[in-house]
Amino acid sequence: MPGMHWNSLADFLAMGNHGLYVWGSLAVMALLMLAEPLLLLQDRKKLVTRLKQQYRAERTEARRKRETASRRSPD
Amino acid sequence: MSKPVINWFRYASPLTFYPLAGRLIPWFWTLAAIFGVLGLTIGFLLAPTDAQQGEGYRIIFLHVPASWMSMFIYLVMAFWAAIGLAFNFRLSGMMASALAPTGALFAFLSLWTGALWGKPMWGTWWVWDARLTSELILLFLYIGFIALQASIDDPRRADKAGAILALVGVVNVPIIYFSVQWWNTLHQGASVSLTRAPSMARLMLWGMLLCTLACWMYSIAIALMRVRTIMLERERHTDWVRELLADKE
Repeated sequence: MPGMHWNSLADFLAMGNHGLYVWGSLAVMALLMLAEPLLLLQDRKKLVTRLKQQYRAERTEARRKRETASRRSPD
Repeated sequence: MSKPVINWFRYASPLTFYPLAGRLIPWFWTLAAIFGVLGLTIGFLLAPTDAQQGEGYRIIFLHVPASWMSMFIYLVMAFWAAIGLAFNFRLSGMMASALAPTGALFAFLSLWTGALWGKPMWGTWWVWDARLTSELILLFLYIGFIALQASIDDPRRADKAGAILALVGVVNVPIIYFSVQWWNTLHQGASVSLTRAPSMARLMLWGMLLCTLACWMYSIAIALMRVRTIMLERERHTDWVRELLADKE
């Protein structure tokens, strides 16, 4: 790559003896910034499943009530 | 306070906002990825060694964007909180709640990368000086906001309580920002100076700017994602959420 600062991969990884600090910063930041959207997607999926179940239960309940009411009404 | 502010109410209504946010999210993710790759390439592969700090200074490309975002997100959160208190829009409270966890994340990352930068440069992970302490208080303010809202069942009341905390805490942001000028702290002032050799400074500055833009786009994308989830949860008894989820079946 033109203008590349490093002479070797080893140099790059060593970060002038500060590798642990530099890579420790990058790793945690990258990890958390990947984890946050993934956790959000998971939360969302759970919520949607829960709401769909709830709506389905409500519809079933409403239908049951209607049927009970119509069975009584002929008289 | 529920005056009919019809025009504004339309845009502040979750029904309008929800699909709009959904369409915008992929664009913000794309921009975040582009800016992130460019910024990290410049910062970690192209930028030259710092004359004083050697290679360890490269933490700047993570630390400064994280710190700026942690402060800026708090200001935006306080802004939405104030709007919510003044006009009682449903959306504003949801926006404030959607921003808090990401603000807390950046405040934590600012402290984490700062500790890893402080150890090799100052010889210590932590020191109780004005800049570091006020940033720690910022993290506690975020956590306090989240915990307070979580402890109140009624979302409207949770919004109000959270808004007051957010507004009281906003005084901390200028304290963080100006702490290096107001007090004699161990924390350095502006790290990237324009008075150094121009090509060097410019490349470092570009790296930092692009990494900051990446964090901006990330924050917007995440906040929009979270606010959509909060909307579904809070508006679950409304017809539009029922219809929306029925379509997906």
